[in-house]
Amino acid sequence: MNDDVLKRVQSNPKFLELVHKKTSLGWTLSAVMLVIYYGFILMLAFAPKLLGTPLGEGSITTVGIPIGVLIILSAFVLTGIYVRKANTEFDLLNQELVEEAKK
Amino acid sequence: MKKTLTTLALVGLATAPTLALAAGAFEGDVQRQATNWSAIIMFFIFVAFTMGITYWAARRTKSASDFYTAGGGISGFQNGLAIAGDYMSAASFLGISAMVFDKGFDGLIYSIGFLVGWPVILFLVAERLRNLGKFTFADVASYRLQQTPVRTFAATGTLVVVALYLIAQMVGAGKLIQLLFGMSYSSAVVLVGVLMVLYVTFGGMLATTWVQIIKAVILLCGATFMAFMVLSSVGFSPEAMFQKAVEVHAKGIAIMSPSKTDPIDSISLGLALMFGTAGLPHILMRFFTVSNAKEARKSVFFATGFIGYFYILTFIIGFGAIMLVLNQPGMMETIVKNGKEVTQLVGGSNMAAIHLSKAVGGDLFLGFISAVAFATILAVVAGLALSGASAVSHDLYASVIKKGKANEADEIRVSKITTVILGVVAIVLGLLFEKQNIAFMVGLAFSIAASANFPILFLSMFWKGLTTRGAVIGGFIGLVSAVVLIILSPAVWVDVLKNEAAIFPYKNPALFSMTMAFAFTWLFSVLDSSKQASEEKAKFDAQFVRAMTGIGASGASKH
Repeated sequence: MNDDVLKRVQSNPKFLELVHKKTSLGWTLSAVMLVIYYGFILMLAFAPKLLGTPLGEGSITTVGIPIGVLIILSAFVLTGIYVRKANTEFDLLNQELVEEAKK
Repeated sequence: MKKTLTTLALVGLATAPTLALAAGAFEGDVQRQATNWSAIIMFFIFVAFTMGITYWAARRTKSASDFYTAGGGISGFQNGLAIAGDYMSAASFLGISAMVFDKGFDGLIYSIGFLVGWPVILFLVAERLRNLGKFTFADVASYRLQQTPVRTFAATGTLVVVALYLIAQMVGAGKLIQLLFGMSYSSAVVLVGVLMVLYVTFGGMLATTWVQIIKAVILLCGATFMAFMVLSSVGFSPEAMFQKAVEVHAKGIAIMSPSKTDPIDSISLGLALMFGTAGLPHILMRFFTVSNAKEARKSVFFATGFIGYFYILTFIIGFGAIMLVLNQPGMMETIVKNGKEVTQLVGGSNMAAIHLSKAVGGDLFLGFISAVAFATILAVVAGLALSGASAVSHDLYASVIKKGKANEADEIRVSKITTVILGVVAIVLGLLFEKQNIAFMVGLAFSIAASANFPILFLSMFWKGLTTRGAVIGGFIGLVSAVVLIILSPAVWVDVLKNEAAIFPYKNPALFSMTMAFAFTWLFSVLDSSKQASEEKAKFDAQFVRAMTGIGASGASKH
């Protein structure tokens, strides 16, 4: 990439928009994943009894089982949200940006 | 079985002696079983089929890009399956189901730890990596830094991780095959080594990827069938399954809740699992096999889905084994361990999933699952070998020794020679380590990946202030501290070296070694006021634009 193209991209407001959107979504979703996972880890470390509570009266299944499955599902859903946003909205913006940089 | 021993090791590192059982089948003396012909025949069908693929791939593998990254022509969905295949190892399969079989809920904790690194890789690493790199993660780490020192560091990090992993795989493979097929340990190790070299040298990344994809599909089908049969036996009621399991399990209701763990250990292990994945060279390499950032993102999405689904299956399989295999006639044996009589599953808890396959699908299905477990090992060692070979040929030979002026044919030749050497080394080490306790090795590999490779890769992409000096010193501090802390930890200092008490009390060093790597990389970068350092910082903007937009990124080769 030569300096001209670089300057043109950097000064394009679409670039700033792309960077802002992509990084804020990326960091937000990472934070969500970290909070979910470390919330679980801290619960294991400091309140393991909580996860061992039965789901209902006389039930064997404990709260921890659906929570565990939900964490697995949340990882999948979070990646889905990011990919959907990035592969449509961000990529469109990116494409425009690349076109404009070529001019 | 990228993680054959990953699971076992981490599991062993993290949950202490109780886990000796899960690690037992791969660690201690394994009794050779009667020759299992249906498994052997099915395994050879798999080998013949994958050799056909290797032949097909060999005819399409001409350039360096073909060899290292399958020409960048793998789709997001295919790559997602291949990544999932790297993750769904014989150990994820056998190790985690064994852990559920032994301890119930705790097995789920490990599955979750292995999975949650993936979303973070997607959000922060995947597309930047794809946009900046070509063949190895060192391409990215050295993008605006000095090639020689940074690539030397990255290649060292890669080779250490690959070597530890390979040893663990080879030993695990030998033990597993003794148990499953009734072959001798040494012939199993040699067979794995030879097949690995054949796949990689002839078929390159294209063959390596397709072997992994096929294995992933077969394993997912097999595991789905097992979980389905388990659930159908209880009328598809998880509550009924848990009820029956609690009735027969020695630990009773305790298998439904987590056991006590040390908070620092849990957090440290969590870090190693989450960020280690983002520093494993053979995983990172997979992001260069797709054509662009869009496909790179898709691959993580599919991989996360497949891996998550697989872990839910292993949880059901573990409980199914408690219900249908534990204490059933013909499934248990009494052995003498450390002078005490112990009643265990035939071959140890790691065989829980294997025995369950017989219980739900008869001898033929047992053969099928055994063959899949072996195929898993092969697919993973091939990926490891390719990653190690590319560190030598692309980073050390072409960039460091030839200063970027190597011709492509020579580079590929070096890569193939390295693969053969790695194969020989892997076989020799596999034979040497037969009687050793190698459970700590994959834990070590994960910790090094999280403490050396990951910090440098991450900072090179996100922090303008990173300089060559900071990256190399900080990276090596991360690498060395992870190794030293593991040696001083209970897993090596007490279990292997037979000392009284461990100097470093925790089982996983990542919390400390990773923090040190980040801190020293920062410190030495900030202190670096050389002219070269300011040039390196000045190049960040151009790198950032390329990372974000993909302008100038290497595309798929055309053919």
